[in-house]
Amino acid sequence: MRIDSAERFAALRAEARQRDESQPRKVLVCCGTGCLATGARGVAEAFAAEVAARGLDVEVNLGVKTTGCHGFCERGPLVVIQPEGLLYTKVKAKRVPEIVDRTIVGGEPIPGLLYKNPANGERVSAYHEVPFYKHQVRVAMRNIGRIDPTDLMDAIAHDAYAGLAKALFEMTPEQVLDEVERSGQRGRGGAGFSTARKWRSCRAAPGERRFMLCNGDEGDPGAFKDRSIMEGDPHSVLEGMIIGAYAIGAHEGFIYVRDEYPLAVVNLELAIAEARRHGLLGESIMGSAFDFDIRISRGGGAFVCGESSALMRSLEGKTGEPRAKYVHSTAKGLFDQPTVLNNVETLAGIGAIIHHGGAWFAAMGTERSKGTKAFSLVGKVKNTGLVELPMGTTLRHIIFDIGGGILNDRPFKAVQTGGPSGGCVPEALLDLPVDYEKLTEAGSMMGSGGMIVMDDRTCMVDVARYFLAFLTEESCGKCVPCREGLKQMLAIYDALVDGRGSDGDIARIERLAAGMQLGSLCELGKSAPNPVLSTLRYFRSEYEAHIADRACPAGICRALTAYEIVPEACDGCHACFKACPTDAIEGTIKELHVIHQDACISCGACFDVCPTQAIRTLPKVELASREVV
Amino acid sequence: MSDQTCVELAKAEEILDRYPHEEPSLIQVLQDVHRAYNYLPCDVLVRVAEALGVPLAKVFSVATFYKAFSLEPQGDTIIKVCMGTACHIRGAGQLVEELERKLGIGPDQTTEDLAFTVKTVNCVGACAMAPVMIVGEKYWGGAKPARMETYLAGGTDDEN
Repeated sequence: MRIDSAERFAALRAEARQRDESQPRKVLVCCGTGCLATGARGVAEAFAAEVAARGLDVEVNLGVKTTGCHGFCERGPLVVIQPEGLLYTKVKAKRVPEIVDRTIVGGEPIPGLLYKNPANGERVSAYHEVPFYKHQVRVAMRNIGRIDPTDLMDAIAHDAYAGLAKALFEMTPEQVLDEVERSGQRGRGGAGFSTARKWRSCRAAPGERRFMLCNGDEGDPGAFKDRSIMEGDPHSVLEGMIIGAYAIGAHEGFIYVRDEYPLAVVNLELAIAEARRHGLLGESIMGSAFDFDIRISRGGGAFVCGESSALMRSLEGKTGEPRAKYVHSTAKGLFDQPTVLNNVETLAGIGAIIHHGGAWFAAMGTERSKGTKAFSLVGKVKNTGLVELPMGTTLRHIIFDIGGGILNDRPFKAVQTGGPSGGCVPEALLDLPVDYEKLTEAGSMMGSGGMIVMDDRTCMVDVARYFLAFLTEESCGKCVPCREGLKQMLAIYDALVDGRGSDGDIARIERLAAGMQLGSLCELGKSAPNPVLSTLRYFRSEYEAHIADRACPAGICRALTAYEIVPEACDGCHACFKACPTDAIEGTIKELHVIHQDACISCGACFDVCPTQAIRTLPKVELASREVV
Repeated sequence: MSDQTCVELAKAEEILDRYPHEEPSLIQVLQDVHRAYNYLPCDVLVRVAEALGVPLAKVFSVATFYKAFSLEPQGDTIIKVCMGTACHIRGAGQLVEELERKLGIGPDQTTEDLAFTVKTVNCVGACAMAPVMIVGEKYWGGAKPARMETYLAGGTDDEN
């Protein structure tokens, strides 16, 4: 049915809701990239087959829904059973008949499939009681995991396009801008620029054509919230773009999606086709006088294309090289016409802001950072996955209450935020309320919401080197400070981790960093020294140990670290023997094992698998001195 | 440029027919060409340049700028090892080393029999399951060097 009036939309929405409510018994199978990797497709198919085989639709009226990412990827494949809201984790296809028997027909939970709280070992039955979900407040991710992303009616039943209908039929573009301004929403892609201000300056700029773009080139390593939104609720992105286009007066839109996100492209393409067929995209949207359409452009796999001017060059079919910032994209962007580029998460929040009002959004968060923010909580933390929380939530709450603490209960060392433009925040700042300003003050940044938790087995010099290597590869090469600065800095770090560091290295790093901050053309180069400077600021002693003692305190840098087995602790379980890739470990089951230093490559595989912590690291220099004796 | 035998241009013509013949189509056309031929053959780039009215030098500049493109034939199965931060600190480097031991090739190299190409990619966005490896279309989360044989043989979901 083509929606050609506000009334028609209201009728369709009522019908969608009625359809949804008529079937309270549902099985929601997470089919995000994470769960698909662990076999979710097979689980969904098994449910469908099982239901069909038993003719349950007569008996129980069961709906099997494949949804977007529930966020708790670590425990996948995830299955939620409604109306009880039971959460089953790590579900295998072969358990499906049992689930249907005992839970769907029998109405009882299966304890073994319920989430076990690592803090107290108790099984948690309800989805919203699991600590990982309990503390979350979802705006941008409001419908992910609840709806089938390939079913427009399901999205509409959960308020999709309600904000758009309100904007088109009850508000002028100016009023939309006012409402977004009231929300105080700032860009969720990194810099945190006010959405309303960006839209206003574009609307005011003269031009023949005008573009509304969505930045889905989520390149920050360790961040995947945009992927999850595009895969799990593509309509929220489309709705945000249409409302934005209406506000700025644009009729053409592009979504620039990373080449590495194939499922996001598929789901967005489906959503666009569905939206067009229902009159939500194209000419006279919902029967109003407003025309707008969206095309998808797949990125070419270049990190720099997440930068706004580089992204626009890439859309023009050119190499993605940024240009100087004194030309504003809102005045001269894509094809030199006024252009707005918003992040996926920013746009996903717009529909809800218009639907519930700006004041509703502004009531959450801190003084200058309003609303909620999605984070991908990953690294050495127990519960990894996607979370959305009000701005101002402390790092401690995120990592320990929601994340469940550090993997294997090792000591916390730092959390890296903001990707290659961000920095590492140490333990002393765990009570920092997370918002744009606070993270910047701490020498990091919000970036696109990646939070990579690091334990004592993480070398901060190695982490800084990792980001430099990443950026050296991804620098577009247009400006000298970024291209050459990164290369020189990486050479110094290569020496540091290799035990060839020298006294003036730290000063040289700081001088290069200052030059890059000052002289680089785009934010990528200007912010490139952040991982370096923040690790120097909080973990300087680790640098000094690498230089002065030729030692890696974390026991990670291979050229500096040796491994040995503590005889008293080894119970001869043989796990290290099997894990060693170079056959450097000798020993038979139940006997003491020994590492042969000449064959050991210091990869640490044995350390990671040892159940009795019998393997310890020591500086190679210590080993050398021991051999002399 | 290495010696290349002439490739069939029919597939390229088909791709070119789907897009407006102008510069903004370039990247999309190259992506489709890459998918169809498994790399960007030289002859096809010449044809694309001519059809879109873009100088050949510019086509090459784009083809070499983006990581998604390769000018050399790729293996039948592409192995991508994610090098995102979460994968890095959970040991992605060890996966690359194990592949080197097993297949004898490093990142961006292809086995002589054109069976495998190994690539390192900067984050595939499956960070919660780090370290992640993709063999063909199959994602492996929590990948371990010791299980590499299974991954290369294309094991089943239940083994994950």
